[in-house]
Amino acid sequence: MRVALFVPCYVDQFYPGAARASLVLLEKLGVEVVYPEGQTCCGQPMANSGYEHLTSGCNANFVANFSGFDYIVSPSGSCVLHIKDHLHVEKREEDAAQIRQGIYELTEFLTDVLQVEQLDARFPYKVGIHQSCHGQRGLGLSQMSELTAPSFSKPGKLLNMVKDIELIELDRVDECCGFGGTFCVAEEAVSVKMGKDRVADHVRHGAEYITGADLSCLMHLEGILKRNKSATKVIHIAEILNSH
Amino acid sequence: MQAEHKKHAELADRFNADEARVNWHDETLWFVRAKRDRQSHSLPEWEQLRETASQIKHHMLSHLADYLEEFERKAKANGVQVHWAADAEEHNRIVHGLLKSHGIDRMVKSKSMLTEECHLNDYLAKQGIEVIDSDLGERIVQLAKEMPSHIVLPCIHKKKEEIGDLFHEYLGTAEGESDPQVLTETARQHLRDVFITRKAALTGVNFAVAETGEMVVCTNEGNADMGAHLSSIHIASMGIEKIIPKRAHLGVFLRLLTRSATGQPITTYSSHFKSPRPGQEMHVVLVDNGRSRQLARPDFRNSLKCIRCGACMNTCPVYRRSGGHSYHHAISGPIGSILAPNLDMKDFADLPFASTLCGSCSNVCPVKIDIHNQLYKWRQELVKAGYTDRKKTLAMELMATTLSSSTKFKLAGKMGRLALKYVPFAVNNKLNPWYKGREMPAPPKESFGEWYKREHKAVKRKA
Repeated sequence: MRVALFVPCYVDQFYPGAARASLVLLEKLGVEVVYPEGQTCCGQPMANSGYEHLTSGCNANFVANFSGFDYIVSPSGSCVLHIKDHLHVEKREEDAAQIRQGIYELTEFLTDVLQVEQLDARFPYKVGIHQSCHGQRGLGLSQMSELTAPSFSKPGKLLNMVKDIELIELDRVDECCGFGGTFCVAEEAVSVKMGKDRVADHVRHGAEYITGADLSCLMHLEGILKRNKSATKVIHIAEILNSH
Repeated sequence: MQAEHKKHAELADRFNADEARVNWHDETLWFVRAKRDRQSHSLPEWEQLRETASQIKHHMLSHLADYLEEFERKAKANGVQVHWAADAEEHNRIVHGLLKSHGIDRMVKSKSMLTEECHLNDYLAKQGIEVIDSDLGERIVQLAKEMPSHIVLPCIHKKKEEIGDLFHEYLGTAEGESDPQVLTETARQHLRDVFITRKAALTGVNFAVAETGEMVVCTNEGNADMGAHLSSIHIASMGIEKIIPKRAHLGVFLRLLTRSATGQPITTYSSHFKSPRPGQEMHVVLVDNGRSRQLARPDFRNSLKCIRCGACMNTCPVYRRSGGHSYHHAISGPIGSILAPNLDMKDFADLPFASTLCGSCSNVCPVKIDIHNQLYKWRQELVKAGYTDRKKTLAMELMATTLSSSTKFKLAGKMGRLALKYVPFAVNNKLNPWYKGREMPAPPKESFGEWYKREHKAVKRKA
């Protein structure tokens, strides 16, 4: 099985630790991981702002880098969802279709493809899970609170395999944190208020760490935690699943 | 009352100046969302009901003209007079004409978002006709000279003390009186007098049944019934998308409507109006006002399935923290943000961006409108049509160029981790909207790409 690791642009630049943890974790689980070095971005920042027509360069670059793998795995639900929904390249539509089908967010790859049932990891802290919307509602990583349907959580299942971790309950299990791409600056007041409210829910329930499958949300929440000089930290789920 | 023409972000910023009030607003609406969850989760067939409702509406939209004509035939046979209005102005003229021909200058009106959309009250006021809204929430915002901030809970933005002040000023309650029971009783007495003395009553329409020509009006207060039954002329205003093919379909929609809206199992009054009582006139005005245009847009036609339950507002984390008035449109929240640009792209170009695209709205929608996908699609339409800031376009063009080549991306990244320098959270100053309420991520020494090249490739991996 040949797997390509897609490290979203802002993860590459700001959170290399999460990308390293994803790589090491996959390798520990016996996967042959390739990191295509010409990769950049999925194009979502432009597309969600209404500029999908400017993403042809990103799309072409993505297809050039990620064609021909069995799977593409990424530690970001949001970027994966964008590729699944919007990757099109006129002259390479067959390759694009294969990528759209073969791309997985890290935790769903672990639970659905590798079917991981145990992990050699230990994280002796109280942890709150932030369900990022695109991963949860878009990719279906966890059941959505709005629906009348049996509950499940792929990230939750994996975290429960980690020794000594204590997962906290939240008042609002899957409310958006307010990052929202350019929304975070265009609608600054509401974005910050949404983030503050999410953070407060975690802190109120004793979280030492807030984790999730999307660093964009975590970056926003981290900005608020740091501004409040809070002791609570954010950590990408890959780093917990890869910790000792 | 004309809509304020400031943009959503600015109005939301103003709303957020009072954080305690934002918390109160958020929690009040979240309480309604939680009630909705309890109701919907108690029905194992809930998702099937949603799907069925969505398919019925889908069918109706595909045969809209046929069902409208069927409704018209049946309604006329029942003794109802049918009028067609191409737009808001024609609707208002028709209503005014009916009142004028009967020499009526005072009318009572129950909840109708369509008449808000058409600004009927303003229009009639200019013609010297007084309209009193009989829905309690609507009456309150009417006294306050405001627009409804929510389609089901029009005065949800007001605290009971503020309502007490209004009632003191207009309805003569004691100063400082804010006991809900006292205020409600005062409104009852006030409205009772209105019901008895008005000869004309206007109601909205929740469902119009093509098969029978009847109209179903849902209220919790019985105010539509009180108005219509005591009137000598009943005018029902409805958007053309309110048609459903069969009466049996009400068994689907009535189960969904109030569970979604307020978490009640059923609306208190679901009244069927079929034919006028002897001596009464019953009219229905079928209004297009942009609906045909929306029907012709494949990406957005589904928005016409809306049954105006307001569930998308209650669940929307942005709506709860920005307030209905920040949408500067009669229909606010997520559904308003996909309906309003159809009416005026320029005026409402900001609304599809007032969302994080979290998708909760689509999940609660009882007729399964893909609201968040339509918000995304409206963004593309609005940018292509040029209703966007030029500075933003330039920034996006630069960003797209940088991100389409790994050489440029790596160079930009090296220059101080500024890969995202065109997204304005690169500098720590007060002009940077990111920094106003948040710290910047601490830039690491090297990117993952650089680490990979240096360490991972050269050295055999340890793990």
